[in-house]
Amino acid sequence: MANRAEKKREPLFHIVKRDTIPFWQSILIRVAAVALALVVCAVVVVLFTDLNPLEVYTTMISGSFGSMRKFWATLQNTAILLCISLAVTPAFKMKFWNIGAEGQVMMGCLGTAACMILIGDKVPSAVLMLIMVVVSILCGMLWGVIPAIFKAYWNTNETLFTLMMNYVAIQLVSFFCTVWENPKGSANIGVINMSSHAGWFPYLFGQQYLLNILIVLVLTIGLYIYLKYNKHGYEISVVGESQNTARYVGMNVKKIIIRTMALSGAICGIAGLLIVAGTNHTMTTSSAGGQGFTAIMVSWLAKFNPLVMILVSFFLVFLDRGAGEIATAFRLNESMADILTGIILFFIIGCEFFVNYQIVFTKRRKEAR
Amino acid sequence: MFDTIALVIQRAVVQGIPLLYGSTGEILTEKSGNLNLGIPGIMYVGGVSGVIGAFFYERSTETPSSFLLVLIPLLTSLFGSGIMALIYSFLTITLRANQNVTGLTLTIFGTGFGNFFGGSMANLFGEGGSLALTETSLAFQTSFPFADRLGSIGTIFFSYGFMAYMAIIVALIAAFVLKKTRVGLQLRAVGENPATADAAGINVTRYKYVATVVGGMIAGLGGLYFIMDYTSGVWTNGGFGDRGWLAIALVIFALWKPNVSVLGSILFGGLYIVYLFIPGLERSTQELFKMLPYVVTILVLIIVSMRKKREYQPPEHLGLSYFREER
Repeated sequence: MANRAEKKREPLFHIVKRDTIPFWQSILIRVAAVALALVVCAVVVVLFTDLNPLEVYTTMISGSFGSMRKFWATLQNTAILLCISLAVTPAFKMKFWNIGAEGQVMMGCLGTAACMILIGDKVPSAVLMLIMVVVSILCGMLWGVIPAIFKAYWNTNETLFTLMMNYVAIQLVSFFCTVWENPKGSANIGVINMSSHAGWFPYLFGQQYLLNILIVLVLTIGLYIYLKYNKHGYEISVVGESQNTARYVGMNVKKIIIRTMALSGAICGIAGLLIVAGTNHTMTTSSAGGQGFTAIMVSWLAKFNPLVMILVSFFLVFLDRGAGEIATAFRLNESMADILTGIILFFIIGCEFFVNYQIVFTKRRKEAR
Repeated sequence: MFDTIALVIQRAVVQGIPLLYGSTGEILTEKSGNLNLGIPGIMYVGGVSGVIGAFFYERSTETPSSFLLVLIPLLTSLFGSGIMALIYSFLTITLRANQNVTGLTLTIFGTGFGNFFGGSMANLFGEGGSLALTETSLAFQTSFPFADRLGSIGTIFFSYGFMAYMAIIVALIAAFVLKKTRVGLQLRAVGENPATADAAGINVTRYKYVATVVGGMIAGLGGLYFIMDYTSGVWTNGGFGDRGWLAIALVIFALWKPNVSVLGSILFGGLYIVYLFIPGLERSTQELFKMLPYVVTILVLIIVSMRKKREYQPPEHLGLSYFREER
């Protein structure tokens, strides 16, 4: 009896937070997690198709890189996801859980589409482009600033607030989709300015998506510098670490929260612009397509580092397109992609524990003594 | 006139029941300090797990008994959503992962899981075509036989399947447990301040696990009700829509009180469908009306945070993981 009580007092292992971890080790853990996840995914796919696992991966790769068109589409999807991930990052760094990126992007789409439809044929294209940029940024910004003001002044829960704002934005888009519907009764806008191409992004070197990609690249570098070398970036991390410290050293926390969310919303607005003017040339209620939520994962997995986000968003897009390819090739439901993405994310999320913590087995410690 | 009102109320209740399950589950979860944004995914899985159970039972026998027709989907549904909640618990409680990220992943996974199996069950295992679980849904939809004879009263109070009444009972039990029992008190302590609870000798990990898993299972029943009762056993991909998020909205609206969310769910259900009953609305304006539940929730959130009344606030430690070593 006494023995048992003693055993209870000394558990088999305990968990210690790591102070530092060698870079290669942290990479190794993450790679191992992804590899493990891919094995589980392969098992799942093999259960529903008669493929052998190797074929699964080749199909996935051909889905992303199989042709020039697919390759550009992969880059384009990466750019959009990356753009939204960049948008949520400053807010996250401040520990402001903005899960309203979806809505903010939708507002950017709405602003862009409104410009294209209402004044598309009335002003010269350079002016139109300028107006579109400004309006989409303002729309996204508005959607980001509203929750920020309430957070700053009344400490309203921002996670829940921004979440609700998503659906207000989606219904608003849905409303305008019906108002501007074309043809009548379809509740769809259809391709905007089909003949005049007013407000469409120009092709660069014959590539439709190149401009989008370049814009996002510039944003990535800009945000990296902003967060790392700018006073604002420093203030954001101080507020994120401790609002009391920030207040104590004389920072205006309210101002920083609102300013950062304005930035966050503005970049979301740009993402909306890229989606409508640069890619689809139309707007539907699923223009953002859940990427506002995926972006949160990207930003978090990249540890808020814009340069790492390039890799993470590329990886997620690759998975999504690859799984989509498997689904079409074997006439499975396209939701397969979501299942596979989910499994891989579970593994990556779980592996962060082993990066941050160390499991120390009690037995081993005894021997060490 | 009275008949129309009765009809509106009935439709509102039917719309509200999935939200009620979802919000009751989420309230339990949030009271333990876990903000489970995976509820929409869990509700999908709860629905589709029930569908899977019912599908195989209906195929396995010629003469299904209505008792088993109800019991099997109920159990498989609880099992499916329980597993989902367990994944969330393991990642956030044991592995201390970020709750928002884990929850959103759960939603992506769950929605995909639901649409995949709901959409291709018939293709994968059966004769093809779309899935219709007529016998099971008839068993689920059985209401009081005397409902028709009571006119409007019957429509308002007695015209639902058993799961609607169960939702209200579960919510009331949850309210009672949270408010009046020792377990509820300790659970709330864990959500408000886990460090203090820990110091007082409460097993924080166990409370968080149990609350999250039980909460997930209850939420999953909302998906089951939707598919078996509301849509009569016919699965449409994405048919569940944004109801999962609406359930989370309802948690805020009900100020984390399951008994309030009983009435709240009917109100939300009403707001969800009110556009159908206002004559002369344009199609576009209808879309604006669908915004109502969310706008109302935002208003409640704002008003509550401005009034700063303590009993109306979210649990203090909501959304944060608890590490004993990090104090």
